Amino acid sequence: MKITDIITGLNLKVVSGHNGLSNEITGGYVSDLLSDVIGNAKEGQIWITLQTHQNIIAVASLKDISAIIIVKGLVPEVDTVEKSNIEKIPLLSTEMDTFNIAGRLFELLR
Amino acid sequence: MDFFRADLHIHTVLSPCGDLEMSPGNIVSEAAFKGLDIIGITDHNTTRHCDLITKMASEKGIYVMQGAEVTTKEEVHCLAFFENTDTLKKFQEFLDASLPEIKNDPSIFGYQVQVDEDENVVYEESRLLINALYRSIKETAAYIHSLNGLFIPAHINRTKNSIYSQLGFLPDNLGADALEVSKTTTPEQFLKSHPEIKDFTLIRSSDAHYLNDIGTAFTSFYINAPTFAEIGMALRGENGRKIVIE
Repeated sequence: MKITDIITGLNLKVVSGHNGLSNEITGGYVSDLLSDVIGNAKEGQIWITLQTHQNIIAVASLKDISAIIIVKGLVPEVDTVEKSNIEKIPLLSTEMDTFNIAGRLFELLR
Repeated sequence: MDFFRADLHIHTVLSPCGDLEMSPGNIVSEAAFKGLDIIGITDHNTTRHCDLITKMASEKGIYVMQGAEVTTKEEVHCLAFFENTDTLKKFQEFLDASLPEIKNDPSIFGYQVQVDEDENVVYEESRLLINALYRSIKETAAYIHSLNGLFIPAHINRTKNSIYSQLGFLPDNLGADALEVSKTTTPEQFLKSHPEIKDFTLIRSSDAHYLNDIGTAFTSFYINAPTFAEIGMALRGENGRKIVIE
């Protein structure tokens, strides 16, 4: 599935990384511990987190994660947004919490 | 110059997880018994026991690094130290303004009490101190430095509440004055798996929550005298000052 389909399907806001919107999504991963994401996330996944620190982009880049959904309307730091544009990894935003957005994503990808 | 033995990470009874025996008087006596010259008072998100411990410790010739163990928004624990009561007070205001209004439940988390010299309770913190502040690690570091304080990410080898567990690796421009490892490892051991941090100064401390813990890990400072400025110089390796971990 394309990221754009997920954005439409889940009503997400694109914060940054517009130049990565053609990425394909193969599945999802949910975690707020970046050490865990480094260890366990898979290439092509869309990652749901409440972390907004700039390291999320570096971790996503390292793991070839296709996009990041930031939950609860949390606002990413300025340097996180900048790095997302540089790395072409879309930062997407939802007002929903992790449980609800993950449930909807699971339904969409099934 | 001489070596001064420092345990820079000690909780008091004011931390919910700090044992009830961790009163200012008991901490100072235990530190003296363990032969420590310098102690760091680092309760979770509060500095309210620093003044009294500084006063009581000075009577026994022990220098106190006054500060706190801050929980940043990313849930990274970081030590912060300040040179004088003015900057410490400003930092306390920052903590008060940044801590969520979530009440402590002593039956679950433990009591958060401040006591006097005679161990009478003089204040009880109602907000849960182990919560994360509404402040990112970057904002926290910047604020500490704006008060000429020292910023030291805590127990970086641990798998929870450490910069590695929460953020995966050290961010660029972290601005750390040193990094701390806990007593379950040594700087030498930790550097084997993390050679990327070889340019940082690594300290080792006990993270004491019980009296017996105090001094079970320590860092020796090779300095002129135990003062904030000298300790800062040793962390930066300036003017022949240095740190040694035995």
